[in-house]
Amino acid sequence: MAGVGARGRLVMGWPVLLLLALCAAGARGLYFHIGETEKRCFIEEIPDETMVIGNYRTQMWDKQKEVFLPSTPGLGMHVEVKDPEGKVVLSRQYGSEGRFTFTSHTPGEHQICLHSNSTRMALFAGGRLRVHLDIQVGEHANNYPEIAAKDKLTELQLRARQLLDQVEQIQKEQDYQRYREERFRLTSESTNQRVLWWSIAQTVILILTGIWQMRHLKSFFEAKKLV
Amino acid sequence: MDSAAPRSTSALLLLLLLLLLLRAERTRGAELTFELPDSAKQCFHEDVEQGVKFSLDYQVITGGHYDVDCYVEDPLGNTIYRETKKQYDSFTHRAEVKGVYQFCFSNEFSTFSHKTIYFDFQVGDEPPILPDMGNRVTALTQMESACVTIHEALKTVIDSQTHYRLREAQDRARAEDLNNRVSYWSIASTDEQTPAFCKLAQSVAGAPSASVMGSRFFYRETNVQRISRNQSFPGPTSRLPDVRVYLLPWR
Repeated sequence: MAGVGARGRLVMGWPVLLLLALCAAGARGLYFHIGETEKRCFIEEIPDETMVIGNYRTQMWDKQKEVFLPSTPGLGMHVEVKDPEGKVVLSRQYGSEGRFTFTSHTPGEHQICLHSNSTRMALFAGGRLRVHLDIQVGEHANNYPEIAAKDKLTELQLRARQLLDQVEQIQKEQDYQRYREERFRLTSESTNQRVLWWSIAQTVILILTGIWQMRHLKSFFEAKKLV
Repeated sequence: MDSAAPRSTSALLLLLLLLLLLRAERTRGAELTFELPDSAKQCFHEDVEQGVKFSLDYQVITGGHYDVDCYVEDPLGNTIYRETKKQYDSFTHRAEVKGVYQFCFSNEFSTFSHKTIYFDFQVGDEPPILPDMGNRVTALTQMESACVTIHEALKTVIDSQTHYRLREAQDRARAEDLNNRVSYWSIASTDEQTPAFCKLAQSVAGAPSASVMGSRFFYRETNVQRISRNQSFPGPTSRLPDVRVYLLPWR
């Protein structure tokens, strides 16, 4: 009994270790460099009720070793998300590795800004930070193996679920397209109206100035005894 | 029971391990829109395996003349793609060397206009929907292949929607810019792209007054004329002749 229990714990041991190892070395793909107080903003134009998931990981530049340290605890990144009207949707400080999620309630351009405000960077002169970033929008944010495991779906059901999500995203994008077209049309009509009014005003001013010119010159020439 | 419990938990852990592997492997592409300030350059880097095909699509959405410089470098430092002042382009390449590839967007040729740039960097093919599908031995059933076809078609639809959304964003930015310019041009806006409009407005309002002023200047009496006028008529110039009334002494 005790032997089985011990063997069971041993069997359990290595996947956990492997899991932890993977957690530590999660490669995220695209990365860029950011200065000390630099703010880097990304724009996401999304329809409403769309979920956006962002993952980031930061690494600090080590001047002595001239490499980027694999992971530096104590670094912090401030993530700020603004909706199309400029209202702040999310404004939080995360650690050196973080994951932020938000769902849009108005369609339009959302701005995701990242900047580091860690005091440790001041110690390293010419501090440079490497930020791995990954932003997934809408249907791409879904993790299908997780959904399959949670809802116990077969492969075919999972594929059907993926197709349903894709079609839903297309539908939302089309609604957003309709909203954008209306805004564009209003802007164009406003421009048209303003141009019309301005040209009418211009013509009236021209006529009035012409009349004034004629009268003034006539009286001027009469006074000078030329007419 | 005791032997079953550790087996099920280890199976669960194995599943979690597979899920984590998927999460690390799944996202191999980035689609971002960022703002590039004037006289600035921004670079992005990605780790690519050997023999894997990657593609970069980029488009300038707002700003200036809607153009940007772009170059892609391989891990050895060779420039594998370089274009200047492009509005949009698509570039695919099969990675010969394993390592970190970097692509940069440069706005250094512009002194005042900052640009918004969209790029889509995709590495490799899309991974299968479930982790263990990579090594399946049987062919897909008709249902599954129909699902795959629909999935690919929907991906095309989403891509073309993105394309139209970017184009519309560009047009809408221009239209809103024009709207603002029309509002402010009458007050002689100092927008650097509307000197022609300002001049037109000023000339329309200024021409009559200028011609009036010009006429007054042209027909003014010069000093020479005033002096000559004073000299040629020594007597009073405009005075009525004297009327002398003689009263005759009549009785």
